Order: sequence, then structure tokens, then C-alpha cells
Amino acid sequence: MSTPLLEVENLSMHYDTLEGNVDAVKNISFTVNSGESFGLVGESGCGKTSVAMTLLQLQPENSVITQGSIKLDGKELIGLSENDLRKVRWDSISIVFQGAMNAWNPVIKIGEQIREAMREHYPENTKQENINKIIELFRMVGLDESITDRYPHELSGGMKQRAVIALALSCDPKVIIADEPTTALDVVIQDQILNEIKKVQDLLGLSLIYISHDIAVIAEMTDKIAVMYAGSIVEIGPTKDVFKTPKHSYTRALLDSTPSIRGEKKKLRSLDGEPPSLINEITGCSFSPRCPTPTEKCKNQSVEMNLIKVGENHFADECCSGCV
Amino acid sequence: MNVAQVVFSMENNILEVRNLVKHFEVSKSLLSRNKKIVKAVDGISFDIKAGETLGLVGQSGCGKTTTARSLCLLDPKTSGNVNFYNPETNSMESFDNIDEEGLKVFRRNIQMIFQDPYESLNPRWTIKDIIKEPLDIHNIGSLSEREEAVIEILRTVGLTPPENYLGRYPHEISGGQRQRVSIARTLVMKPKFVVCDEPTSMLDVSIRISIMDLMLNLAKELDVSYLYITHDLAVARYMCNRIAVMFNGKIVEIAETEELLQNPIHPYTKRLISSIPIPDPSFKRDQYQIDFDQLDNIISKNPDEKMVDVGGGHFIATHDTKEFFIDS
Repeated sequence: MSTPLLEVENLSMHYDTLEGNVDAVKNISFTVNSGESFGLVGESGCGKTSVAMTLLQLQPENSVITQGSIKLDGKELIGLSENDLRKVRWDSISIVFQGAMNAWNPVIKIGEQIREAMREHYPENTKQENINKIIELFRMVGLDESITDRYPHELSGGMKQRAVIALALSCDPKVIIADEPTTALDVVIQDQILNEIKKVQDLLGLSLIYISHDIAVIAEMTDKIAVMYAGSIVEIGPTKDVFKTPKHSYTRALLDSTPSIRGEKKKLRSLDGEPPSLINEITGCSFSPRCPTPTEKCKNQSVEMNLIKVGENHFADECCSGCV
Repeated sequence: MNVAQVVFSMENNILEVRNLVKHFEVSKSLLSRNKKIVKAVDGISFDIKAGETLGLVGQSGCGKTTTARSLCLLDPKTSGNVNFYNPETNSMESFDNIDEEGLKVFRRNIQMIFQDPYESLNPRWTIKDIIKEPLDIHNIGSLSEREEAVIEILRTVGLTPPENYLGRYPHEISGGQRQRVSIARTLVMKPKFVVCDEPTSMLDVSIRISIMDLMLNLAKELDVSYLYITHDLAVARYMCNRIAVMFNGKIVEIAETEELLQNPIHPYTKRLISSIPIPDPSFKRDQYQIDFDQLDNIISKNPDEKMVDVGGGHFIATHDTKEFFIDS
């Protein structure tokens, strides 16, 4: 757990649109160790998925990475040729997309679709070897082996999502990115899928990057989290510490707006206003217009986003870390 | 008006449902003669008191939305008795076989809020047209009074200043604002009872609470009762006085919210509660497993079973629960 498996440093990315540049990822740094679960949490449009896409360099054509580096096992990924990237994707990092269960090709059997990926990455394997591997993966995620011969429409949402996880595991990646893998599923199925992901992660010693807007799921799934707001990480640290002593007022607001079935029934606090448009240059603290307890400093337009140490491995944006 | 009068003795109920059944016929293939019946709602009973919010929770496909649609007369029920309080006659009435006039009385008092604020508002109408439509249909007030009512209700749901919203189209406002418009459209009729079908599940976490708070405040202010449908028990806890747990077309347990969460009795309720993630990393949830197929079996074997009161208005289904209980 000592040397980081994935190191992201000062990563910035924007989308080039007709209305101007949309700064979706702003100067983001984090590390994920081998076997660790890292959570990315924030509202819709805060740049979570853009980070995931940039890690795999799957972002759309109008995006520009302006600075930063992504190192996997010490090897730089930015600037790699498409051919080299193909080897990184799925072999080293794989992803479970949001709504991925709907991305199965409806006219090809599930097993065949997984074998397609394996043929690409392990051309030397025989058909039987691949089939055996798929059956083993299916057992791991709680699917019957007969599912390999089924078409996507024959499966329920939960089964399709389990098969997607098996697909993501098919080329023995070291890192799995799970982008809202349970958002479209109901609570009981979500519970089963989360257990499956945890089990597989422990079994194979995988690193997990878990992206979600649901802070309760993040609390259960991760060791370390980063809270994103308007394209930046505003707080990052061990999950337990961030939940126990949130330092940024946005983190506080997210926690205060999450209902729970445990503990005293408390009055929840809503977070008024909307996140800023990422097209316009944001001067000063991006959260200050919505901050429930802004100080004089927050209104100062010249404050820069700056993560400061607020605890052991726990960092928060300087401006709003005083507002909680 | 052709409304059959059935006077119930219960005090202050706004809705009484007895053995509501909704079956759908599906044929296996075009040529097959065997009709298959899907028992989407299979004999459920509950009451809702004036000013109360009852939560209806359960997994997808358990019949929550079918119940809602049957109650609102959007899909005719197969059998059972449903009685609503009619403020115009001050009595409980069944709205079975009603004529057009009766239906208008019904719609004035019973409204629905839908899940998806992106699909439930007409994209070619302005906010003013959308909210004013029910007033036009029911011919309530003069033109200027209607416009005043629209402005008033926009203010009530927190879209201020109202003048800024009147001329806008749904695509020009955010998801949270759209759901506020849906709520405004519903409440402009001053209904007594509103069925809410997952009204916040499409919204972002931070906006969700403000919509939930708005609905709670309006319930008090305007004296509305809700049937609140959700799959999320944490949301149900925040919104509801009582919760009914539904599984495959049946209600298996119904109790006051805190009682249900603290002392769940039916294994399905326990399973549902144990599957809700807790926003506290130091808390480890119990792993509670049940055999869903067995539960389904037992429920379909006992079509006429009754709910029993185990004390304090806590009702559970009477079937033997040992068979599908998996000790973990």
C-alpha cells in the first residue's frame, strides 16, 4: 500500500465549445494506492465523469488536456499513442460506465461480447480458455454460467450490471473505475452489486475509483474520498475523517442534505442556488455564492483555490475551510 | 352528479382503500389462447388520514406506481373499494362508475405529481400556461383571477419573483425549478390529496431536500395529504408519518415511520432496511438475506390473507415467515 499505483498531478481539461471553454477539470491531483478504494463525490456537472474519462483518455474530441500528468505504475499516460493506449485500457484500467448495462449489443450473446474484448487483448488464448475465464468471473459476480449464452434482453437490470462488472474484470486490470454503477438500480439490487464489487476488489486486490453523487454509498465503499465542486477538488482525505470532521463548507452541506435511516431524525439542510457555469472564468472562491456561512474573505474576488493541510492526509480548500 | 354515497365511520380519513386489486392480462404469444395474468396489485388495504403522509416503499416492479395510477383513476382497478373524502359533500365517497361531472369533482380534489420533471411538462407551453391549464379546464374564477392564482402559487412554491417565470418555457429552467412548477400545477387546484410518485428521485441531492421541505411545508399550510411513493427508505423517513412496505402486489407491513424502522417485523422489511446505505463510514450494516422466490411463493399461495395488528397500529401480513428466512 506504500507506492501509489495511480498518480494524477495538476490535471486540467476543458471542452472547446461554441460558447467558450468549459473548464470541466481544474488542476486536480490525487493518488490511488494498490488495493485502495478512492471515491469521487459531487453534484451532477461537477466534473466527476470528465475526470474518469480523462484517466482513460476517452474524452470527446473537443476536449483539451491543458496540463498535468497521469502516471500508472510510474508510466505516463498522457501523450501515449492510440495503439499504446489500447493496451492500457482494459488491461490496466477498466471502467464500468453509468448505465453501462444498457450498452450491451442486443443481438450478440453476453458471453460472445465479453470474449470479443478478450480476443483483442489476449490473442494467444484459445476459445476454451476464454470461456473458462468468463465462467469463473461470472461465479465471482454471482451469475450463473448459463448467462453466457443469453441475449441482453433476457436479463434483468441487476444481472446485466453484474455482467458489465465481469466484462470490466475480463482482462485482469489493476484499476477499476466505477462511474455511478448502481444509479439506475433499486435499493436491494444496489446492495447486492455493491457487495459484489467489494468482494471482487478484496479477492483480486484491485484499486477502485468509485464515482457517485450518493454520499451514503461513497461512505460505505471507499477508504479515501475527494469532494468535487465546479471542476475542482475542494476537499480530499480519508473517508472516515472527511465524514467525521468535514472542513469545507460544501462537504458539510452535502452531509447535511443526506437523509439517513439511522440515528436521530434530524432536520436536513438544503443547499440553495446552483453550481456556477463552468464556461465563465470564476474569480474568487467558486463556492462562496452558495456558502451558508460566508466570511468576509470568501467575498474577496482575489482568493485563489488552494488546498491546505487540515489533518493527517486531509486537505481542504483554504477559503471555505474556515467557513464550517 | 352520479356519485354513490358510502359513509364510513372512521374519523378524519381522506382515503380508505379496501382490497384494491389491479390485474393486467398479458398473452404469451399472439396466437396463444392462454391469457397470463400479472397481479400487479393484489388486494391491498390502507387508510390515509387528513394531513397525513403515507409512504409506499418497495422494489421496482412491486406495484407502487400501479397502485397510484389506480387510485387516481388513470388505470381502472380490477376490484376493491376505494373511498375518498369529498369536501364538497363532506363525506366519504366511492368514485366508481362516475360520470364526467363526478370525475371533475374527483380531479379537483385528487392530484398527482410525477417522477420526471423533464417529461411531465409540455415543452411548448409557458410556465403560466402549464399552471393555468387545470384552472381553465375546471373553469375556476375569471381570467384575471386565474392569473392571480398562478402568480400566488408560484410564490408559494418559491419561484420568485413570479413575473420572471410566467413567460418562460420548461427548457429554460433547471430540474429543481421544473419540479416546483409540477408542484405548483398540482396545488393550484387546492386538492385535498396528492399522489407523489418518486418526485425527487431525478433531482440532485442538494436540490432534493429543498423540494422535500417545500412539500412538507405545503402539506401543513394547505392541509394536503400525500401518498408518497419511493424506493428510498431514508427519503420516506424524512417525509412520511407512516410507511407501508409493498412486495409483489401486497402490503406486507405498515406502521408509524420510526416504529417500522426501529422494530421491523416482516423479513422483507428487514431486508429492505438492511440494504439502505448509511452515510457514516464507521457504521457496518447488517447483512440480512431472504429468499425472494420463497417469499413470492408464500404470498401467491395465500391470496386472501389478512393483516394483523401487533399493537399501536403496526400491521403485518400473517403468512408464516420462517420458510424464506435465511439465517446469516
